[in-house]
Amino acid sequence: MKSQVPSRRQFVAQTAALTMAAGFPLIGRAQVKAIKIGVLHPVTGALAFSGSQCRIGAQLAIDDINAAGGIKSLGGAKLEALLGDAQSKPEVGAAEVEKMNEAGVSAIVGAYASAICLATTQAAAKYNIPHVVDVGVADSIVERGLKNTFRFGPGYTTAAHVAMNNLHILNKLAGNVAKSVMIIHEESLFGTGTAQLLARDLPALGFEVKEVVKHANPTRDFNNIVLRMKAVNPDIVIPANYYNEYALLVRTMQQQKFRPKAIYSVLGGAASSFKFLNEFPDAAKDIIDCNHWFNPKDKRALALRKRVEAMKVFFTYEVFCTYTATMLLADAIERARSARREDIVAALAASSFANHFMPYGATRFVNGQNQGAQPLMTQVQGGDIKVIFPKEYKEAEPVFPLPRA
Amino acid sequence: MLSILFPSLLNGVATGAIYALIALGLTLIYGVLHIVNFAHGAALMVALYGVYFLFTAWHVDPYLALPIMIVAMFCFGYGLQRFVIGRASHGKDEYILLVTLGIAIILENLALALFRSDTHSIDTAYTLATVDVFGALIALPKLIAFFGALAVSSALLLLIGRTQLGRAIRAVAREKQGARVVGIDVEHIYAMSFGIGMACLGAAACFLLPAYYVNPLVGNGFVLIAFTIVVLGGMGSFAGALIGGLIVGVVESLGGLWLGESLGQIGIFVIFIAVLLFRPQGLFGQKGA
Amino acid sequence: MRELALIVAVLAAFLCAPWLTDSGVVLNFLIMVLFATLLGQAWNILGGYGGQFSFGHAAFFGTGAYAMAVLQTVFAVNPWLALPLAILCGVLVALVIGVLSFRYGLRGSYFALVTLAFAEVLRILANTFDFTGAGVGLQLPLREAAGNMQFADKTGYLYLVLSFVAFGLMLSWWLRHSRYGAWLSAVRDNEASALALGIDALRVKLAAIMLSAALMAAAGAFYLQYFHYIDPHIAYGPAISIEALVGAIVGGLGSVFGPLLGALVLHLLGEATRNLMGDLPGISLVVYGVVLVLIVMFIPRGLSGLFGRRA
Repeated sequence: MKSQVPSRRQFVAQTAALTMAAGFPLIGRAQVKAIKIGVLHPVTGALAFSGSQCRIGAQLAIDDINAAGGIKSLGGAKLEALLGDAQSKPEVGAAEVEKMNEAGVSAIVGAYASAICLATTQAAAKYNIPHVVDVGVADSIVERGLKNTFRFGPGYTTAAHVAMNNLHILNKLAGNVAKSVMIIHEESLFGTGTAQLLARDLPALGFEVKEVVKHANPTRDFNNIVLRMKAVNPDIVIPANYYNEYALLVRTMQQQKFRPKAIYSVLGGAASSFKFLNEFPDAAKDIIDCNHWFNPKDKRALALRKRVEAMKVFFTYEVFCTYTATMLLADAIERARSARREDIVAALAASSFANHFMPYGATRFVNGQNQGAQPLMTQVQGGDIKVIFPKEYKEAEPVFPLPRA
Repeated sequence: MLSILFPSLLNGVATGAIYALIALGLTLIYGVLHIVNFAHGAALMVALYGVYFLFTAWHVDPYLALPIMIVAMFCFGYGLQRFVIGRASHGKDEYILLVTLGIAIILENLALALFRSDTHSIDTAYTLATVDVFGALIALPKLIAFFGALAVSSALLLLIGRTQLGRAIRAVAREKQGARVVGIDVEHIYAMSFGIGMACLGAAACFLLPAYYVNPLVGNGFVLIAFTIVVLGGMGSFAGALIGGLIVGVVESLGGLWLGESLGQIGIFVIFIAVLLFRPQGLFGQKGA
Repeated sequence: MRELALIVAVLAAFLCAPWLTDSGVVLNFLIMVLFATLLGQAWNILGGYGGQFSFGHAAFFGTGAYAMAVLQTVFAVNPWLALPLAILCGVLVALVIGVLSFRYGLRGSYFALVTLAFAEVLRILANTFDFTGAGVGLQLPLREAAGNMQFADKTGYLYLVLSFVAFGLMLSWWLRHSRYGAWLSAVRDNEASALALGIDALRVKLAAIMLSAALMAAAGAFYLQYFHYIDPHIAYGPAISIEALVGAIVGGLGSVFGPLLGALVLHLLGEATRNLMGDLPGISLVVYGVVLVLIVMFIPRGLSGLFGRRA
């Protein structure tokens, strides 16, 4: 996590006097004023892992932009990260926005979790601070009419629809071998929201939804769920949950020797995670996921993956989502030719950012949502994660249904 | 659903054994010191990291790590009670509460700062092994944990029931002024009890890690359930903690089966509330305890 | 009467704050301190004055927040009208929990644990039913207007929470000077002898838990109006219960200004450690925990104990 820019938070003291004595000494010979970017994630508390991964992504992006000469339309102005910790609590996230506002940030990137994003985007809206949402898949984030809020990636509605359509196609190609599904989801906003969509729309595509199981975070034991799975015997198991629970679930399925025709995840916490693949290669084998993913044919993505792995950090979706979200913001500042918030908001709204490695094409924002944002379908094959859908990004043929063990 | 009733029941028992292991230490601490130890989950986390690092750094098998972890956690607990909790609490419930809470915050965030927030699990030859018990596949680590829970609770019963130290602990638990009068070093006994409670966690961690994972917040998922078991079994009762753990495991399992995993958790708390209201001494506690 | 004067002075100071600064950081800080004060005041009534330690005050907080949200989103009730109803819901939950646990004579850690269990039950229920939005939670549509209890600037929220805190201060003061307050501390100090004096201990404790819940539910309603979103974890999770009891205990149990002092010191400490300890995740909270333990170690009577008598 060696960052070249002075990334230490120097929101100096409003401790006793409660006054902001903002001083941001610049390292380097920058003649032009640096542009402050708030990098706000939950790096402590329950979401600490994902939040830290996001932070790394943002820092790498800022390093890259500065190394490439900063914001050229502003005379090579450097970006300067102000790091914030939402402590996995919405109210703390909102308080960090206040501090960032007074520290004079031009924009904010964050804040990973949907519940925190809801709080930070609306706090930032009060000061018209442009807020680029990096992950936060709840669609309500961009449906509230906040003019300052922009989401580069897809929401869960898009993810669920892409997943369902592709499942339909996949199944047709295989001769409609799969007829039933079982959905297993975590109990908070993203899992519940995704599962509701799936349960509603899958029957129309010819799948019987045999059971929808909701579980807590953390769930200490998945044997019960897997036992039910064995009793119901669905053709396809669809998990939508976070990393720890996902990993336990799949391990338990392996343990109980239950092998459906496919494990088909929607925004699965570990399904397309190099961390999971690395730690449990057998359990991860053949898992399909519909998730945030980069264009596998883009060399920049592969180079970034190498760099990240050299830092002994897993190249998870949090890293590259926040990396590209930060790039989007830098592009907007470049074209705004200004570090002023309203100019950046306008530039984001009119953005057509195409110089990135996500499979989104050029950006086009409607009500703050990037219209081209889409998840990709991946499958764990040959000890790596390969894109299997759609055609233009495909690296490998899907294996479906899975051969009987 | 009937076909999975038996495996589900059996799995509940096996899971409950792990809960019981965690609750054993808590019930000892509660029974002797009469404190609600909020740091119990954080201490479990510390023990899990211990087992994890022994495995990754020195290739010590979790089950072979048992003696190391028991001794290490005992020392940790003894020191914690003697030098921190005992001193800071001024003998008042509300301060003990705050101190254990403070310790939990310190431990969890220290782990976060030192080991980062990544979830770690270990992959041993038997991690995914199962044993066929009348057609139900039970994870081998859980089966081992079941016997581990039996062993630990028997050892505790012997320790408290049959030794000089046990007699002193029982004396302090019942009447600390009286114990002081007859020459027992109450502070030392408190620290010993806390240490033994933590040692139980050390053992629990060795049995738990092969079936689970560790991260800085892993203990939180077990605190509430451990309290439930302690209350259910009667505060201070080892047999109660063991059987309470098994009951909670089964209730959780069957509740999940009929009500769904999320709502199924409610069964545990309803039993908890019912026991508190109608039999506050617990199923195995003595009246007036 | 010195205390009353002090109450007025403190309230006046907060009232003037928006004229002294327009910093969002400072105002938000003050709002969050007052919010934490309210939680501490609520807990202090039952825990400090009544001697009944609860680990589950989130039960009342969450009920207030959810009632407020459901009334607005499902039944389109105006928030100013919903507020008293939300408080009433919190009080009713307290009545049920109180009747059950006090009637069966639960005290000490038994009472603490049963409240914790009730909060968990409510969390699981909120997570299950559709009208509470299940795991998705409930979100207020953004519609800024004072009539809609959504204020364009922070001053409105500051005054809203300040009015709750003012009520809490007066309530605390009244508890220290009224006959009811004397009964409550008699029950706390020795229930048996209180009974012998003819005090209806059950009623006294029930009244205390209901008053406590009223403040807690008001805090829940405020949280919802300020942040527009709640989910089962935010509303009924243990974090709120813990914040309430820590502030009250650190400030000094059974004192009028204790919760305010506790909230102020803990928030200042939180800010200080966050700003001074750099960006390595966790370190600032480690320092926070250490200072918390040290406070307990060296200020055994709580912060308000520092100011001579229990003020």
